[in-house]
This record gives sequence, structure tokens and C-alpha cells, in this order.
Amino acid sequence: MLLSLNLNSLLNAMPGSIAQGLIWGIMAFGVFITFRLLDFADLTVDGSMVTGGATAVMLIKAGVSPWLALLAAFAAGMAAGFVTGILHTAFGIPGILASILTQLSLYSINYNILGKAANQAISVNNYKLLASLRYVNSSGSDRIIFFAGLTGGIILLIALMYWFFGTEIGQAIRATGCNESMARAQGINTNFIKVLALMISNGLVGMSGALYAQCQGAADVNMGRGAIVIGLAAVIIGEVLFGKLCEKRKLMFAWTLLSVAFGAVLYYIVYAVVIWLRMPSENMKLFSAAIVALFLSIPYLKGKYGKKGVKKNV
Amino acid sequence: MSEYMLEIQDVHKVFNAGTINEKTALDGVDIRLSKGDFVTIIGGNGAGKSTTLNAVAGVWQIDHGKIIINGTDVTKLPEHKRAPYLGRVFQDPMTGTAATMSIDENLAIAARRGRHRGLKWGVTKAERAAYREKLAQFGLGLEDRLTTKVGLLSGGQRQAITLLMASLMKPDLLLLDEHTAALDPKTAAKVLELSDKVIAENDLTAMMVTHNMKDAIAHGNRLIMMHEGRVIYDVAGEGKKNLHVSDLLRKFEEASGGEFANDRMMLAN
Repeated sequence: MLLSLNLNSLLNAMPGSIAQGLIWGIMAFGVFITFRLLDFADLTVDGSMVTGGATAVMLIKAGVSPWLALLAAFAAGMAAGFVTGILHTAFGIPGILASILTQLSLYSINYNILGKAANQAISVNNYKLLASLRYVNSSGSDRIIFFAGLTGGIILLIALMYWFFGTEIGQAIRATGCNESMARAQGINTNFIKVLALMISNGLVGMSGALYAQCQGAADVNMGRGAIVIGLAAVIIGEVLFGKLCEKRKLMFAWTLLSVAFGAVLYYIVYAVVIWLRMPSENMKLFSAAIVALFLSIPYLKGKYGKKGVKKNV
Repeated sequence: MSEYMLEIQDVHKVFNAGTINEKTALDGVDIRLSKGDFVTIIGGNGAGKSTTLNAVAGVWQIDHGKIIINGTDVTKLPEHKRAPYLGRVFQDPMTGTAATMSIDENLAIAARRGRHRGLKWGVTKAERAAYREKLAQFGLGLEDRLTTKVGLLSGGQRQAITLLMASLMKPDLLLLDEHTAALDPKTAAKVLELSDKVIAENDLTAMMVTHNMKDAIAHGNRLIMMHEGRVIYDVAGEGKKNLHVSDLLRKFEEASGGEFANDRMMLAN
């Protein structure tokens, strides 16, 4: 059976995987903000990913510039994050539950954004799109421009996030995520900070959804299912594989974000390999969950069975 | 400017009201501190010492009464809005600092207590130099470790950082909530010494909760004893200077009808 595997078909799939990985890398930045910086398990992303995609596709179809549509997707994601944040801070609903409520409600909202349809196709033949499999698979300059643009965009995002999380307000977000009591004792309005961080996070997720929908040629009401798991996979693969490399470097935070983007790309490369090995595609969600479970458990198991005598200053 | 730096007026607080776990934590607490007062607060477990400090800090809303800091009625203000008036050091060294952030970042966050936080860079070069100087005065060698994550420091070092954070913006009131209880005796003595120094140098008004009666007598200009959510003894000046641990023990026994003789915390001292 192995003989029937064609290496060329795998290689041909690589550009698509890398493109998908880079686009999901942006989504993973959002997950990084909530999961790592804010210490908030935010499941809103499964819905806000679609909200961003649906918003962008409908706007582009209505003749809006794809760049404006990208901004609108960011804003739509922020609105979703705002709702989760308010449910949690103003109404006292536990964070994870608040995000599940938003996620569920977004399913209906996304359906409505898509003009009461489960999906809306958008063809690169008829509209000028920022991302498309056509660019990815073209042999000419389209491919180079697309990958250069996407990589450049990610580097720009990393630079922006590096700056933002070094500012006073960015510091307040990190302090809130690390120690809420301390943050409040230092006069930080932790409720406001949580809402703000959730908005920024979901804004990035919405933007990623906009690019993803364009790349796929359609926005689908189900395209965000399990998005949180893929985002987490990227964050954790990045940390487990590159964490040591990032430590103690100058600009460590920027390197960490870069490793998250790498994590997303690696995830999609492994994904392509598994598909290539003839894993039926309906089993891929199981595969994704298993990957994340595996990488989540590595740091824990390492701590438990790894080095004896953990160093700790008390 | 008010006559008092702190006025706690007839403050009541009941936890878990109406349930089987109902507990009257504060039962009409009245305390007035003049500017420059350094009061130590003692009492058995559940006497309301830490609860009084939390009421002042606004960790939760009180059921009845008023809290006025330097003339401003803060009774209804949420915790983060009272922060500008207060410096706080907690019992658990983990509580006062952000472990994943560096020493200079923790100090910078404290330096912005009560100020607008915007898009300016979080720690400036000039600040770093100032922090280095202040840390050097502590004599713990922390001035060379500004970029070290606070989580890597010992409990005593973290309490020292928290103390500096609390005093950096010269608060109206410094709240020390058993801040040496989790430390070994030698480190506890060092942190107490630093506390005295910080309070004296900045001319702060301070409240220090402690379980240690000797410390309560040796530090500050005033001593308050609490029992069952009320102040039962308040002594200042010469009267406090001449106190002995045995005097305090007798007071406890009077207040509690002898049951304090069995109190674990009292015997420990």
C-alpha cells in the first residue's frame, strides 16, 4: 500500500498547507493572548472565526475593498470578544461558559450574516481577493506576492503585538492574566482589561477567518468548528518545540509569537502528511484533538517524570 | 485635608448571610488614624484583623458603616479605585507581585497606580535607574537583577519588592497584612526592619496585622486588639511602650472569658 503513495502529491500539497498554517497562525496569536497572557480559556473563537469570514465575504461580494473587509472582520471579531467579556465581567458568568454562550449565539448570527444561508461562495474570478488557493498554486508571480505579503503581514503583526504588550496598557493585560489580586491592588480595572484583551484576541481571530474564507473560496457557517483546538495546537506546538530557543533571548516575546506561527504551519504540514497517508478526512478532528492532548501533556509529564529535583527558590 | 488619615466608622460585615456558614466578621469596628500613626493590630483567629484591612482596601463591599481615607469617602468605591490611596503587602508573598513579569515591570506597574495607563512604553530608562537606586538601599542585591522574573525570587525578596511597590507612590495608608507570617524568622525580621524604614522615611500612616505579640509591641506607636469583629483594646504612646506580652495575654483572657488560654496562636507566642 505504501508503494501506492505518491510523494509528488504530498509535495504539491505543501504550499497549500503552509498558506493555511500562516493564516491560522494569525488566529493562534489571538488564542495566545487569551490562553497564555490573560489565562482565560476563550471558546468564542470557534464562532468569531466564522463571523470574520462571513463579514469579509459578504462585504467583498457587495463591492467593498478586500482591505476594508479585512478591517471589518477585525471589528466583527472584536464585537464577539466584547460580548464574551461583558457576560463574564458584568454578569459574573464563568469565563469558559460565557465564551460558549457567545459561540453558540454566533452560529445563528453568522447564518444571518451569510444572508440566511449556511455558506456563501466567493470566486477569485469575480472579485479581487487578498488570499486564494489560485495564488497559492499558481506558478507565477501571484504565488510569490501572496506568500511575501502573508509573511510580511505576520511579521508586522508580531511587531505590533510586541509593541502593544510592552506599553502600560499591555503590561496591565499581562499583570491581570498573571495575578488579578496584584493587578487590582495596583489600581488596574481588571474587568475592563479582560474585555479589552478578549476584543483584541477575537479581532485577530476574525481577521484570520476573513483570510481563510477567501483562501477557501467560501465562508461556511461550520468553518470554525474546532478552531480553538487548532489555535491551541499552534500555541503549544510552538512552545514545546521552540520554547527553549526563545528563552532568555532579547525580544523573547516576539520570538515566542514567531514560534506560535511556526507551530501553526507545522500543524498543517503534519495534517497534510496524515491525509496523504490516507487517513479518512472525517477522522481528522479526532487527529487534531489527539495532537493537542499529546502536546498539552508533554510539559506536565516532563515535570512529573523528567528531571529529578526541580530547581525552585523558596 | 482631614483631621484623620483614616476613619473606619461603625463597619459591619457578615459573610454568607442567611446560610449555615453565616459568620459575623466585623461587628461595629471604629478606628481613627491620625497622619503618621503606625498601628499594629493583634487578635486571635477570626477576630477580624485581616477582614478590617480588606474592608479598607475594598476587596468586597461592607454591609454598614463608612470608610474615609484622608477626607475622601471611599465606602462605595471598587478595589481598583481605592488603590491610589493605598499601598498593600499581603501574607502570601505570591499575592503582591506578578510572577511571570520582571522586577522592573512589577515596579513600573506600581508606579502607575492611580494614573492613566496608555500606550506609552511600560518601563522607561529613567525609571529603571530610579528603581535600581531604591533597591540598592534595601541591601538585598536585587538592584542587579531588574530583569529577573519575580517568580524566581524567594518569599522574602518578593515581600521586599512588594513593600517597595506599596511605598513607591507614597500612599495615604500602608496596609501590611501579616506580611511576615509566611517567612522564616530571620527573613521576617529583615522584612520588618525594611517596613519600619520605609514607613519612617516616607512618613507613612500604616496598619500592620500580626500574630506576633512581641512584634506588635516593638513596632509602631499604637496597638489595637480585636476580638470577635470588634476593637477591644486601643493603646498608644507611653502606654504602648510599657506593654508586655503578659499584659496582652491578660487582656485577651478578660475579653474571651479565659478561652484564649487554649488558643493555639496565643500559646505560640
